[in-house]
Amino acid sequence: MRRIQMTVDGNAHVAEVEPRLLLLHHLRENLGIGGVHAGCNTTSCGACTVHIDGESVKSCTVLAVQADGHEITTVRGITENGVWHPMQQAFHEAHGLQCGYCTPGMIMASISLLKENPDATEQEIREGLEGNLCRCTGYENIVKAVQLVQQHRDEMVQDAAS
Amino acid sequence: MTQAPEKFVGGGLWRKEDPALVTGRANWTDNITLPGMLHAVFMRSPYAHAKITSVDVSAAKEQPGVVAVFSGADLDDEYEKHPRENPAAVTGYDLSLHDRAQGHTVTGETEEAESSEETKRSFVAWIVHEELKVPHHDPMAHDEVNFAGEPVAVVLATDRYKAQDAIEFIEVEYEPMDVVTDIEEAVAEGSPLAHADFGTNEAYTWDLTDGDIDDAFSKADVTVKGRYLQQRLIPNAIETRGVVANPDPISGGFTVYTSTQIPHITKAVLSSYCGVPEQRLRIVAPDVGGGFGSKLNVYSEEVITLVLARKLGVPIKWIEDRSENYVATIHGRGQVQNIEVAADSEGKILGMKVKLLADMGAYLHLNTAGIPLLGAFMYPGVYTFPAYSFECTGVYTNKTPTDAYRGAGRPEAAFAVERIMDALAAEIGIDPAEVRRRNFYEPFDEPTDTPAGIQYDSGNYQLTLDRVLELADYEGLREEQRRRRESGDPVQLGIGFSTYTEICGLAPSKVLSALGAGGAGWETAKVQMLASGNVEVITGTTPHGQGHVTSWSQIAADVLGVSPDDVEVLHGDTAIAPYGRDTYGSRSLPVGGVAVHIAAQKVVEKAKKIAAHMLEAAEDDIEFEGGTFSVAGSPDQNITMTNVAGAAYTAQDLPEGMQPVLSEEYFFDPPNFTFPFGAHICVTEVDTETGFVKIRDYFGVDDCGPVINPTIVDGQLHGGIAQGVAQALYEEAVYDEEGNLTTGSMVDYLIPGAPELPNYTLERTVTPSTSNEMGVKGVGEAGTIGAPPAVINSIVDALSPYGITHIDMPASPWKVWQAIQDAQGQEAGTRDADRSGRPSQAPDSTDTEGGSTS
Repeated sequence: MRRIQMTVDGNAHVAEVEPRLLLLHHLRENLGIGGVHAGCNTTSCGACTVHIDGESVKSCTVLAVQADGHEITTVRGITENGVWHPMQQAFHEAHGLQCGYCTPGMIMASISLLKENPDATEQEIREGLEGNLCRCTGYENIVKAVQLVQQHRDEMVQDAAS
Repeated sequence: MTQAPEKFVGGGLWRKEDPALVTGRANWTDNITLPGMLHAVFMRSPYAHAKITSVDVSAAKEQPGVVAVFSGADLDDEYEKHPRENPAAVTGYDLSLHDRAQGHTVTGETEEAESSEETKRSFVAWIVHEELKVPHHDPMAHDEVNFAGEPVAVVLATDRYKAQDAIEFIEVEYEPMDVVTDIEEAVAEGSPLAHADFGTNEAYTWDLTDGDIDDAFSKADVTVKGRYLQQRLIPNAIETRGVVANPDPISGGFTVYTSTQIPHITKAVLSSYCGVPEQRLRIVAPDVGGGFGSKLNVYSEEVITLVLARKLGVPIKWIEDRSENYVATIHGRGQVQNIEVAADSEGKILGMKVKLLADMGAYLHLNTAGIPLLGAFMYPGVYTFPAYSFECTGVYTNKTPTDAYRGAGRPEAAFAVERIMDALAAEIGIDPAEVRRRNFYEPFDEPTDTPAGIQYDSGNYQLTLDRVLELADYEGLREEQRRRRESGDPVQLGIGFSTYTEICGLAPSKVLSALGAGGAGWETAKVQMLASGNVEVITGTTPHGQGHVTSWSQIAADVLGVSPDDVEVLHGDTAIAPYGRDTYGSRSLPVGGVAVHIAAQKVVEKAKKIAAHMLEAAEDDIEFEGGTFSVAGSPDQNITMTNVAGAAYTAQDLPEGMQPVLSEEYFFDPPNFTFPFGAHICVTEVDTETGFVKIRDYFGVDDCGPVINPTIVDGQLHGGIAQGVAQALYEEAVYDEEGNLTTGSMVDYLIPGAPELPNYTLERTVTPSTSNEMGVKGVGEAGTIGAPPAVINSIVDALSPYGITHIDMPASPWKVWQAIQDAQGQEAGTRDADRSGRPSQAPDSTDTEGGSTS
């Protein structure tokens, strides 16, 4: 067993874990964060995507011990004072989800995508989300959700400038 | 509550389901943790067909954290020797379970079966034919495994990792047996048998003939035939299956949480199979992460989880992992289709013959045998002609069982008929749009007979075709195609049609019963106004992504004159919604949504009587608008629905003899199915040098009757088309000769991601159904049915100058490239390949002998 410490959604957690334990399972089973979803456990579907120190990572591809000392953000940690993150709002408005199982991972990957490439084109958005599978939406509305965030951001910038 | 004069049906309300989903607060089965809960992990057969000679679980029992380990034989006593009869769980045929338990088929054999003491178990709910051969199906194999992935033992431990570790310590000895995987080989003389006791791999043969088919073919000027392969598909809901079974010591019963589309049917089947009295079994479908038909089943793991909770008296949890999902959850499609059409010289169809082989896999699940028959009625499609014959033979193989996958029988039918229409157009040399037009029904708004002996509810196929031609700028596309052909552009343009219809809204109970599916096609809703005037809608449908909570709220809100925010929709829990027939076959709206509509109207009818009493007016003089009852001609004399609901609840002053509260229930059993339809055009760019196909545009004009929520309907079409495109271009479950699934992971099975799929340009026409008062038809499967032939027709259209007439699905770059090489002849192909720097997976890259020395 190894003693690890990490900050998850702003809360510090200390735990004794087996070295083989996946971060995904640590978050779900030990910390009770049911908003991180297991879809494949093999880094294929992206349902378990979280941010580690601000970068998107599939939490089934990381051991809990590798996350020792790091800061983890899940979909539950991006809402501030009850106000949704713009990406959450955009998925809702653009009907970018149906069953919702891929959604937390898709939202976390999308936030990361725009952080790395704020003005991503449609093709770049599609390619940027390649590692996240959705079986319900056919992706068009997911792409639109990301574009909606870009659009709102640009409008806010324009408003601020004028 | 807020009064809401506006109407909500037809508006693209943002979904009420979303807040929990976008914030990671949904309640999935895997999020359920109960005190003292044990985790189950299954050991599964690595062989597709083998005798089990021994199972030794003793070492596994000694592993840390392990509480119990069981083989299939160990649990034999846990299923009832004489299961509880339950007509909701089994076939509508007049066949007692006891007879089936004796191993009889339904033909009425009179001699006692030798193994009369042995209970014959199965999950089958659709006895398609009186001579259907139903294999004995234990939840865990005893003596023989029939597909790779069949469970053979189960470990219960304090956590999943420990349970998984202990699997390694179970010793199972197998004697491998001959394996049959290919359905055409399975029906050939001398094939290995999946179930030796049947003496054949044929499960049943079902046929249908209408009109004089021989006469039609004898009079034909032209005949065209096709042989099409419907590859096996793996549904791949992103949430895998999972079950938590919790004993209730007070009632002696159980609550079973399960990721299912069908809690009500599951209740009946588990009760029957496991011998738990139905009234002591509560099934809850929590938030369910997609189904696509794969969760329209009752599975071995649900049975075992329940009986282990009973045996050990503690909660048991099983969560399927993805590799299990690939082998232990049903697959879809898996057919060889032979279709032949006779027509006159103008392309008018005289008759159609269809002959199918359908892969059942190793066992029959709930609807395995029936899926091809949902197609049987749909091969004639949107075309009317005098003679039709259909024959389907179901075939056992040593593979994962098949069952419903989005579309279920109808995508197969639409594919074959839409491919053969293109072949007919080519044969007589007319435009593929024109050959369709010549065979369409005239627009109709009352039930109309079809060549398959059923009645379509309504249709206007011409309208959708005309509109999609405009939307796509068909003339412009043909012009571009001509230019590219003339210039020898290596990237050729393809334009592919699909004008489809489908059978939805399952269904009239009598028809389902006549087809051997046990009847009970109704759906139910209860609409109740609480004392506050807020509304609860209890529905027997079970959404798993479709947005029923939003849509049903819109329906109820409009009828009751309230806001959708004042409505809560309760579903998926048999303790809350005791009756229901669940969600599949695009039935929820045209059966369940209609039940909501009617129940809400009944609430208004009763409220109107109370309002008349309170306003001291005649009931006939009461008008209801925007949530307010008023007296005709005296609008100041009024009372709100909220106040009537309160008065109905307190019951201080109700009309003589009236019962308190506003709560109305309705069971809707529709008079007919519904038949949505549409016209799709897929525009592809086919790179003739690499075989790569890009969908440049996808146009669809669909008609599902009046629309409750256009945003949700568009979403259903997007996802449906995506799954249809996935079948056409990407996905295939491949088995090797030993019966191993070689595409057993998300790495090997190509689920398209965002870069692989197009945007969708959609419009709608509205032709109301005659099967229900709302005119609604259902839309969940339309895209999956319409898309595959549109895509393949498009690719074949692009490559028609090469003389290419067909490419099997999935039309991978390799297959397309190979078809071009074959069409050009081997010599030309080699030359082209060398020049174009062919992809590494090119077939002759392994063919070094006698090939190029480079």
